[in-house]
Amino acid sequence: MIMRFLHKFSSPPYFYSISGRLLPWLTVLFLALLAYGLYGGLVTAPADYQQGDSFRIIYVHVPAAWMSMFIYVVMAVSGAIGLIWRIKLAEIVSISSAPIGASFTLLALITGSLWGKPMWGTWWVWDARLTSELILLFLYLGVIGLYSAIEDNRTASRAVAILALVGVVNIPIIHYSVEWWSSLHQGPTVTKFAKPSIHIDMLIPLLVMAGAFKVYYAIALLLRCRNELVQREQGSRWLDEILENK
Amino acid sequence: MTPDSLSKAFFSVVRRDLLLAYRHRAELINPLAFFVMVVTMFPLAVGADVELLRRIAPGVIWVAALLASLLSMDAIFRSDFEDGSLELMVMTPHPLSVLVLAKVTAHWLLSGVPLLLVSPLLAVMFDIESDVISVLLITLLLGTPVLSLIGAIAVALTVGLRKGGVLLAILVLPLYVPVLIFASGAVDAAASGLPVSGQLYMMSAMLFLAITLTPWPTAAALKMSLS
Repeated sequence: MIMRFLHKFSSPPYFYSISGRLLPWLTVLFLALLAYGLYGGLVTAPADYQQGDSFRIIYVHVPAAWMSMFIYVVMAVSGAIGLIWRIKLAEIVSISSAPIGASFTLLALITGSLWGKPMWGTWWVWDARLTSELILLFLYLGVIGLYSAIEDNRTASRAVAILALVGVVNIPIIHYSVEWWSSLHQGPTVTKFAKPSIHIDMLIPLLVMAGAFKVYYAIALLLRCRNELVQREQGSRWLDEILENK
Repeated sequence: MTPDSLSKAFFSVVRRDLLLAYRHRAELINPLAFFVMVVTMFPLAVGADVELLRRIAPGVIWVAALLASLLSMDAIFRSDFEDGSLELMVMTPHPLSVLVLAKVTAHWLLSGVPLLLVSPLLAVMFDIESDVISVLLITLLLGTPVLSLIGAIAVALTVGLRKGGVLLAILVLPLYVPVLIFASGAVDAAASGLPVSGQLYMMSAMLFLAITLTPWPTAAALKMSLS
């Protein structure tokens, strides 16, 4: 049942039409979540007793950092699916995720360094999390570079999938070795589900913002996938039919 | 196929690569000369202060080793790819991952071992104590094979490209980070008289992980580059 649905979903014409119908809804959802999250984060959440209003950058910084890792995993998993079952759509999802993930990583780095200036008194410290985030950015750049260097799309997708899988095995090793190397970043404040060390009024907007970022990723991913699909399927009959009907 | 023929295939690939390298002896010197020269640049750049040089020496030697192995990496599959012998290797009944491991072994013997032999000399030039030098050698012994094994994946991915050079560096360097951290960490710890067994155990673990896991993606990438 699920397999049949996935099979149907992964056929390019079906994906193209259903993603076209999904996009407006996702956009509405994204704007609603973003508005609520920003209002909650910037207006109703109380100022931090130590960091004052500067802490509010976490409403962009933390979701972006989460997304940067989440997208790498999505990229690797869909790359593996493409590699094993040769599903075109999975290859497209994998490669379309890379630039989005790289942007989120860059966003996390920039917002982090903007926050670091008033808090730590410096734009950059060679701290474990910053450094491993920077290395994550390098991994993304490698993926993008490799994809653009190989001319044939299908071959390039397979190469990228292999690289992403190697990267995903390496990320924990890199992360923990960098962690061991040095750390001054504040400990995680949200993952302790039993008793988060963050106030509930601060937490809810953060989670809403994380949701908004996820939906934004879905929107950006669908748009990029449709774009890539149109480029790859040039001259196929279903595409011509859609273009004629417009 | 008997296990005997598999090990025979392994060793004949190693032997062939060593023989090929022996016929082009002059090329073997280049990465080594590069290694020594990069290390020489550092005192010229940061000044001849012995204290400072002794402190940064492990990092300098390791970064230079990293770059030298990166530089020699491209040769591991390039000529075989160009003259078609790689295609013949793919077509043999032997699993490609085993042949890949053989090629990486030969490459390490030709590029890693010379670094190992030269680095004590460089370490003496940086005024490192002898027991720290032995730790440096152990980290190089454990670390350089990992560099070759990981680098082989990226070379296999880029071997079909005309301009793979810079891309290779971008793909490989982030993956080298753990080796670099543990190796220079171990040498630093030894220099300040701390125990180093933890770092060395981690490096051994990485070595065995790399030996067991990396031949597969390398083989898959080679097949992709050939298709």
